[in-house]
Amino acid sequence: MLKKIVLASAMAMTAVSVRAGTTIEGTGSSFAYPIYKSWATEYYNATGNKVNYTPTGSGAGIKAISAREVDFGGSDKPLKPSTLKKKGLYQFPTVVGAIALAYNIPGVDRLRLSENALSGIVLGTIQYWDNPVIRKDNPGVKLPHKKVLFVHRSDKSGTTFAFTYYLSKMNSVWRSHFGAKKAVNWPMENHIGGKGNFGVSTAIKTNKYSIGYVDYADAVKNGLKMVEVEGRNGRFIKPELKAFQEAARFAVLDPKKDFYANIAYPRKGYPIVSVTFALIAKEKKDKNREVVKFVDFGFKNGDDNATKLGYVPLPAAVKEKVRAYWKEKGLY
Amino acid sequence: MEKIFARLSWLSATTLLLVLLATLYVLYIQAKPAMDEFGWQFVLDPRWGVDVVVDEAGNAVDGGHEEASGADSGGVVRLDMGDDEDAIPMEDETATGQPELAEGDLDGEAIDEEIPMEDETATGQDELAGEAQTSSIKVVYGGLVPIVGTVLSTLIAMAFAVPLAMGIAVFLSEISVDWLKTPVGVAIELLAAIPSIIYGMWGLFFFGPMVAHIFGGSSVSLLVAGLVLGVMVIPFMAALSRDAINTTPNVLKESAYAVGATRFEVVKDIIFPYARTGILGSIIISLGRALGETMAVAFVIGGVYKLAEHITDPTISIPVALANNFAESSGLSLASLYYLAFILFVVSFVIIFTAKEFLLRRSKY
Repeated sequence: MLKKIVLASAMAMTAVSVRAGTTIEGTGSSFAYPIYKSWATEYYNATGNKVNYTPTGSGAGIKAISAREVDFGGSDKPLKPSTLKKKGLYQFPTVVGAIALAYNIPGVDRLRLSENALSGIVLGTIQYWDNPVIRKDNPGVKLPHKKVLFVHRSDKSGTTFAFTYYLSKMNSVWRSHFGAKKAVNWPMENHIGGKGNFGVSTAIKTNKYSIGYVDYADAVKNGLKMVEVEGRNGRFIKPELKAFQEAARFAVLDPKKDFYANIAYPRKGYPIVSVTFALIAKEKKDKNREVVKFVDFGFKNGDDNATKLGYVPLPAAVKEKVRAYWKEKGLY
Repeated sequence: MEKIFARLSWLSATTLLLVLLATLYVLYIQAKPAMDEFGWQFVLDPRWGVDVVVDEAGNAVDGGHEEASGADSGGVVRLDMGDDEDAIPMEDETATGQPELAEGDLDGEAIDEEIPMEDETATGQDELAGEAQTSSIKVVYGGLVPIVGTVLSTLIAMAFAVPLAMGIAVFLSEISVDWLKTPVGVAIELLAAIPSIIYGMWGLFFFGPMVAHIFGGSSVSLLVAGLVLGVMVIPFMAALSRDAINTTPNVLKESAYAVGATRFEVVKDIIFPYARTGILGSIIISLGRALGETMAVAFVIGGVYKLAEHITDPTISIPVALANNFAESSGLSLASLYYLAFILFVVSFVIIFTAKEFLLRRSKY
């Protein structure tokens, strides 16, 4: 009896694996999960090859690929070339994402925050919405005398990393005291945490006079009002695709350094942007070709999906650089 | 047959004990680095993931960064203590010859220095600190906030759930009409089978805002977490208490009624004393569940490492701290999480053991 069951299940397993073509396993960045999932669906429809990606977080992605548990790891945090060498990994960017500052102040439909105002809010020096620093950039807007409630992620996340990375580049006080981290002890007095982008969006929605950072895609999905943030050139920039694309054009991604860069706070365009990376193991030649095929498929056919999901496709020039990188490593 | 039966039951009991000991052992081993680093002070330290400046001898010079003024950063050299992983990529913008950047705009210089980042792979801290002439930064983890959060949210849950559950149990066994007993009883047992994440969603979307509306504060707080926990454990407590109450012999109740006792007096003086063991047992089981509940609480407690001054402030509990940080932690922060898990294990053990002891001692009378 037992033998029969074992035999049957073994047969079933081989049958499944024969039919399904190849399968790539990936894990890591939850920031990149929606786009990888959408690419994977189309890739499966087009080629019959499967891609399983589980959003476990960038740290877990780096760990898993370093231990060779998966075929590729997703990380929002690039690894240094020396680290890559030590761990025997290759690294390349896949897609650009943007983080929006969403807020909930009844009666205020348009809010502009300068760098000073944003720094004041995150450092806790600005406690009320009608602070002159905020009011200065919002003439004609009636800001209430209510406490600012800052909403942040309560779990460790790449989104927090990208946001604090931007803060570090923008504000030197933040840089010296907090830096870029996946979880921060926020200095302001009045703050709450939400679990996941979804938790933050909900907390902003259900709490008046709140402000928080979420993935642009989530902010759009939840119909949240978004802040126009002051860019590096002093202009106030609305979070929208055009502004992200402008920012992505300024991305400095160099194949010679394994694309080791983070693109937040560019010269022009929307300042809070970040690029997400894929990591592959050097010695897994065959699997790597599959991964490269999948990502290349995404580069070629997945731009619309990326845009729809609130991401920004890599500029064509960067895609070419990535392809050259693959060629150089003999994977393309 | 008899022998096999005895052997089997012995085996299952031993297996369970072994699993328990193995869990404890693994927790202890994994938590060891954090235990060595922080010692028992961990339990009393309200700081979590706070950078502290240490001098050569390894003593903390400065009480954490919240208090640290901008002036101290001049004399302090931040060491890149961990792996390369944690360094920040700083693109050399002028060197990469991008046409758009050829304007010679050099205002980027100031941001080209390294941004300090969390040190997750802190392994060789001591050696490095010894080598360094100047002071360095080390990260301190303390467990006080999650421990207090766990205990408080469980207490709120119990204060809310016990009276309600007792009311339901008494209603179901004594007061309700017969045809209502089965459907309501089944409904309560069904409630016990609802996954905790659903309670979390419900708390986040509906219950939290409602509580915030009534009591003030924000939609996620210690109070909301405690109440959601309470709602979660009510079905367990009510169903088990009802069964315990149902075991009261009718002879006892009828004799009481015969000598003129009112219904309230029967419940108070006959049923509760008789069913005390079962009722206390149901409370202990619910207590254990409330202590270890993760998912529902994670959504509604706020996830802030801060002692709650008011009941409507956000804070954090041990299981939530674990769930939020586990996937992305390594090195010392991971060990600290294991330390927290170990403490939860011990706390649960102590609470359940005392409750049991108390219960057994009392029920002898």
